[in-house]
Amino acid sequence: MSVDVETPAGRTVEPTERRPARLAELFLLILALAAGISAFAMVGRSVTGELPGDFWAVSLLLVGIAAAAHVVLRLRAPWADQVILPAVVLLNGLGLAMILRLQLADTKGADAWSQMMYTALGAVIAILLVWFLRDHRWIRRLTYTAMLVGLGLVVLPLLPVIGREINGARIWVNIAGFSLQPAEFAKIAFAIFFAGYLVTNRDTLALAGKKVLGLQLPRIRDLGPIIIVWAASLAVLVFERDLGTSLLFFGLFVAMLYLATERFSWVLIGLVLFAAGALVAASVFPHVGARMDVWLHPFDNELYNAVGGSYQIVQGTFALAAGGLFGTGWGEGYPYLVPYAFSDFIYSSLGEELGLTGLLAILLTYLLIVQRGLRTAIAVRDGFGKLLAGGLAFVMALQLFVVVGGITRIIPLTGLTLPFMAQGGSSLLANWIVIALLLRVSDNARRPSALPMRGTVAQGGGMHDPIVVGAHDGTTPGGGVPVRRSAADAPSRGSTPSHPTEAFGGPLDPRRDDPRGTTGGEHL
Amino acid sequence: MNTTLRRLASVVMVMFLALMVSTTWIQFFHADELNSDTRNIRSIYAEYGRARGPIVVGGEAVALSKPVDDEFGYQREYTNGKLYSPLTGFFSLANGTTAIEHAENDYLNGQADALWVDRLQNLLTGSDPEGSSVELTIDPKAQKAAWDALGDQEGAVVALDPKTGAVLAMVSKPSFDPNDLASHSTKKAGQAYTDLLNDDDEPLVNRATSWNPPPGSTFKLVTTAAALESGDYTPDTVIDAPSSYTLTGTNTQVGNFAGTSCASSGKMTLADALRISCNTAFLGLGGELGADAMNEQAEKFGVGRRFEVPFSTAASQYDPDPDEMNTAQVELSGIGQGSVATTPLQVAMISAAIANGGEVMQPFSVDTVRDPQLEVVRETSPSSLGRAVSEKTAGQLTDMMKSVVESGSGTSAQIPGVTVAGKTGTAQHGDNSQPPHVWFTGFAPAEDPQVAVAVVVKNGGKLGGQATGGSVSAPIAKAVMEAVLNG
Repeated sequence: MSVDVETPAGRTVEPTERRPARLAELFLLILALAAGISAFAMVGRSVTGELPGDFWAVSLLLVGIAAAAHVVLRLRAPWADQVILPAVVLLNGLGLAMILRLQLADTKGADAWSQMMYTALGAVIAILLVWFLRDHRWIRRLTYTAMLVGLGLVVLPLLPVIGREINGARIWVNIAGFSLQPAEFAKIAFAIFFAGYLVTNRDTLALAGKKVLGLQLPRIRDLGPIIIVWAASLAVLVFERDLGTSLLFFGLFVAMLYLATERFSWVLIGLVLFAAGALVAASVFPHVGARMDVWLHPFDNELYNAVGGSYQIVQGTFALAAGGLFGTGWGEGYPYLVPYAFSDFIYSSLGEELGLTGLLAILLTYLLIVQRGLRTAIAVRDGFGKLLAGGLAFVMALQLFVVVGGITRIIPLTGLTLPFMAQGGSSLLANWIVIALLLRVSDNARRPSALPMRGTVAQGGGMHDPIVVGAHDGTTPGGGVPVRRSAADAPSRGSTPSHPTEAFGGPLDPRRDDPRGTTGGEHL
Repeated sequence: MNTTLRRLASVVMVMFLALMVSTTWIQFFHADELNSDTRNIRSIYAEYGRARGPIVVGGEAVALSKPVDDEFGYQREYTNGKLYSPLTGFFSLANGTTAIEHAENDYLNGQADALWVDRLQNLLTGSDPEGSSVELTIDPKAQKAAWDALGDQEGAVVALDPKTGAVLAMVSKPSFDPNDLASHSTKKAGQAYTDLLNDDDEPLVNRATSWNPPPGSTFKLVTTAAALESGDYTPDTVIDAPSSYTLTGTNTQVGNFAGTSCASSGKMTLADALRISCNTAFLGLGGELGADAMNEQAEKFGVGRRFEVPFSTAASQYDPDPDEMNTAQVELSGIGQGSVATTPLQVAMISAAIANGGEVMQPFSVDTVRDPQLEVVRETSPSSLGRAVSEKTAGQLTDMMKSVVESGSGTSAQIPGVTVAGKTGTAQHGDNSQPPHVWFTGFAPAEDPQVAVAVVVKNGGKLGGQATGGSVSAPIAKAVMEAVLNG
């Protein structure tokens, strides 16, 4: 029953459908590049009166990664979404322009070269991922590895010697001079783990317990996983002092739990648990409470002047206000007055110089990526792919909410950074990986359905036999560990409300609920 | 899972909507409050790092921002600082802004709402934001003439276009040089400001709009207007004009200037009384008309109001509480003494209203505001503050004022070939130990007024105790009117 990766499903259908020329992506990429490169030119002209010294390097870099990614997508993922890559290039370019601008103004810490390096590295990793990972279902075999990696990454900053506390939050590690924000990578690991875990156990977790106030509660005995993740998230909040990271992991879990089980009660339980936990933490642990005070009363003079007080958030708010509707224009504002204007507060820097108009455009660009991700999840036919794409798209939305919500004071300020824009290697690498995964899933999702061509393709030796696949459905005994668990609940499966997905992918879908996460060659 | 995915997509929409709302809240609805927070040094940087628009008089910048190589980028310069500082005010890192620099700040720095198109252009082209230029109504020749004619004396000159209310000249002495305050060195600018504040001559006070000396006999115009408007008097009405007048209910004797008697008969016409500025006649007339009529007439001319020209002026007063005045006080108000206190601008407005057929015009000093592309973004159109006297009364007052200059107390304001209407004033103040403030107000040409003017020289100026409005102030007014008419 070992997985055969030599004959991935994708290759088998290629010859029968015309590949999209990806002209829409090309056109959008040109627009995104134009916005980015003109921004590079404008920041230089504004700040120093001439093209910035790095102008050609940074422009070539941006053109280079856009072209390389576009070509690789044409070759290896021709059906992948055509909007995601241009949106990312736009955001990455604007972020680079702001960092370049801050560096030109001698802002301490702003380092456009390092950001360029990590942009290149992130893009290369993403391209390699798209090139070599031919089928996202292969990742499912990493389910429990991902769990271990994720947990390890979360714990890293707490370790002595390498753990670093910056700005009150202990979410950094420093290894051989390189700073790393492990949470950025952990979110990918957790998305993979949750997707793999939930696709196997969704039926158990979806089982109905008592009905209270019209709400179908899950069974008490099934609460285990959510309690564990809840405890882990609170531990992050208390020990790493970062609400954002904590909220990110917990929110991701609750959202994916909801996606998998279709039970709203999980969301409610999750939110209540988290709110209660956070409130208790705020009252018991002074450092958490102090952050709450800063959030609620930032303009209080005492907090403003306090060490670790509200100075930064207030200055960031001033920056946003100074931008107004249309902003000061590239290089015309004073974004560097805000501490960490190039990383944690790049949103306020962009807001000052591009104004509300610019920020709304940026938010809409993120929204586009997220909605394209969710659309991919809807379109893809396997449960693991749905959960993975849905989870990754949602975690990006959640991260944005946590970062921007922190700066605009919807929630307390956290140490997370704006994907693709903020200076920071971890964030860039991790988010480029997220994009590579989304593109890969979307290629599978939009690839012309294999089902109608079953007959023809089966002779080529790359396609599944529906009957055999049925035997590999998650409910079938004899699989791996997750399969056994499902088997125990098998009789009750029929009582589970029918999923809309079943009508679409259905239990007969060869890939849905495949315990191995891959289907290639299993019919052999 | 597609249903839940769709619901999750809706949740994502709500999350993004929340972010958009919170961002809009800060950047749009809350921006003004945040920008004016004292802890927001960026507004100072922004303000001083911007190419601020010039203040323009007669086509030439009297205040402008020049690029300099320091942390701010621009230095404000005043080309003829002392001459124009009552109007321009100053733009100072250490001491804030005043006058036009303050009142037109939003346009000068390019942040006014009306300039959004320009800001959008700047955003799209990436060019530096520039402020708009503010063009004043000042006639540079009249301003210069007023400055020169006033000489070393302390005082103020205001000239108005009586038909529109446009300020043609506004001089205050002693003046200050706003360049000293515009220094980017907080220490230097702060020291300069402290020195000016501590200066006994009070150079920072705009004597044209913020100084309220008693108007003396120039106020007889208001008394006469009230009399004519009451319907009980004409210019030919004969009134008492004794050689000395005992204020009702007191033993205080008030005589005429230099103790002369107005008429051997002790009676004269209202017109003659105004022409020779007979105090005893107007003391009686004031008491006769009463506080209500006097106050009402004064208010119709604008007394009691602050004007935005566009910077704020002081309000002149007839009396803090006219209902509580005793007869002696009302009598004194008839000759512009006692509790009456007026700014030079207000006195000029009285002449301007008479010249304009009785209609008071809102005074203003900003003519047009142009954006950096020289497009007009704002233009002041003259507006009326209402009617002070009927056209008939205005005509009668004009005739009486003409005779003041022709053969009365104001002959030194005569301009060859031009009919000048005017009224002098020599106002005692304080405990009378100091020489009087001397006034002249009037307009010319009487038949088609182009300029109305008020001049006040503190403590008699260079003539001291010998000074009268006719001898000291009338020649200054003449010079200003000539400058306007010959311009």
